[in-house]
Amino acid sequence: MSDTATSEHSEPDTAAEHHDTEHAHPSDWAYVKIAVVLAVITALEVFTYFESVVDWGVALVPSLIFMMIVKFYLVATWFMHLRFDSKLFGRMFTAGLILAVGVYLVTLTVFEFWV
Amino acid sequence: MSAEPLVADHAHEVSDHGHDPHATTTGLSHIKLAMWVFLGSECLLFGGLISTYLLYKTRGNGRTLPTDVFDIPFTSVSSFVLLMSSLTMVLALSAVSRGEAEAGRTWLLATALLGGVFVGGQVYEFTAFVREGVAFTTNPASSAFFTLTGFHGVHVSLGIVMLMSLFVASVKGKLTQRNAETVEIVGLYWHFVDIVWIFIFTVIYLIPAD
Repeated sequence: MSDTATSEHSEPDTAAEHHDTEHAHPSDWAYVKIAVVLAVITALEVFTYFESVVDWGVALVPSLIFMMIVKFYLVATWFMHLRFDSKLFGRMFTAGLILAVGVYLVTLTVFEFWV
Repeated sequence: MSAEPLVADHAHEVSDHGHDPHATTTGLSHIKLAMWVFLGSECLLFGGLISTYLLYKTRGNGRTLPTDVFDIPFTSVSSFVLLMSSLTMVLALSAVSRGEAEAGRTWLLATALLGGVFVGGQVYEFTAFVREGVAFTTNPASSAFFTLTGFHGVHVSLGIVMLMSLFVASVKGKLTQRNAETVEIVGLYWHFVDIVWIFIFTVIYLIPAD
């Protein structure tokens, strides 16, 4: 496993400064650290299932949703490279995501899911 | 009249994932852009399936609901396995981008194996549910549950096929540093399948039904 950035390739670096598509990716160890954070959050999520250990009360659902969003964000930005790639890629994905969330929140509301 | 040649030699301007930024009108890889648009549309597909389950999850018609037979510790292990497959996937891309073909093959195979473990776990879970009286046509809740998780399982299975195709291409010497973008495209699909499961695991399995 390399501890150096993956952008360290044999091609000349001069072109890298001029293109939106060029990006320095993190090292393998950075990916491992992100994976450890994801694993810890998953362990915390599973921990909430065992109510006999800690009673989360009304904080349970907001906490689970918050941890889910953090995991989603970490995978999308680090593993899918949205943090380093062109913003256009992120916009294409976010457009679909926002449309889906909007459409289905309305759907759930129409069918009185929240009542 | 420009003295610029009509066909430029961009051989020296290929990015770290093998994409030539001058080869497209946007300066971006159109294949990669298309994959992101596809993944955006997949949000609508899974959003529909998740919403359907949320609307039907308590409609058991007097029979056993999926939530009654959930095995959270088992599903937690499956979720962890799929999460770690995202790490091996990104390490595969990293290795191929550096031109380390053997390391790339190892991580690709590890990702496919972890995906296989996840799908195997899902098959076990489905059979366990059927034994406990929750089949596809038992009630609206079970139909919505099997449709949602089944669709996800098919996505993971297709991802495994793609990963094994990359592995075979690498063995044949057809997957090199120059076309590492192919690994990145498959990786984007794989990570998306992972984040969909992050959502399903929390919303369907962990958040209490009532």
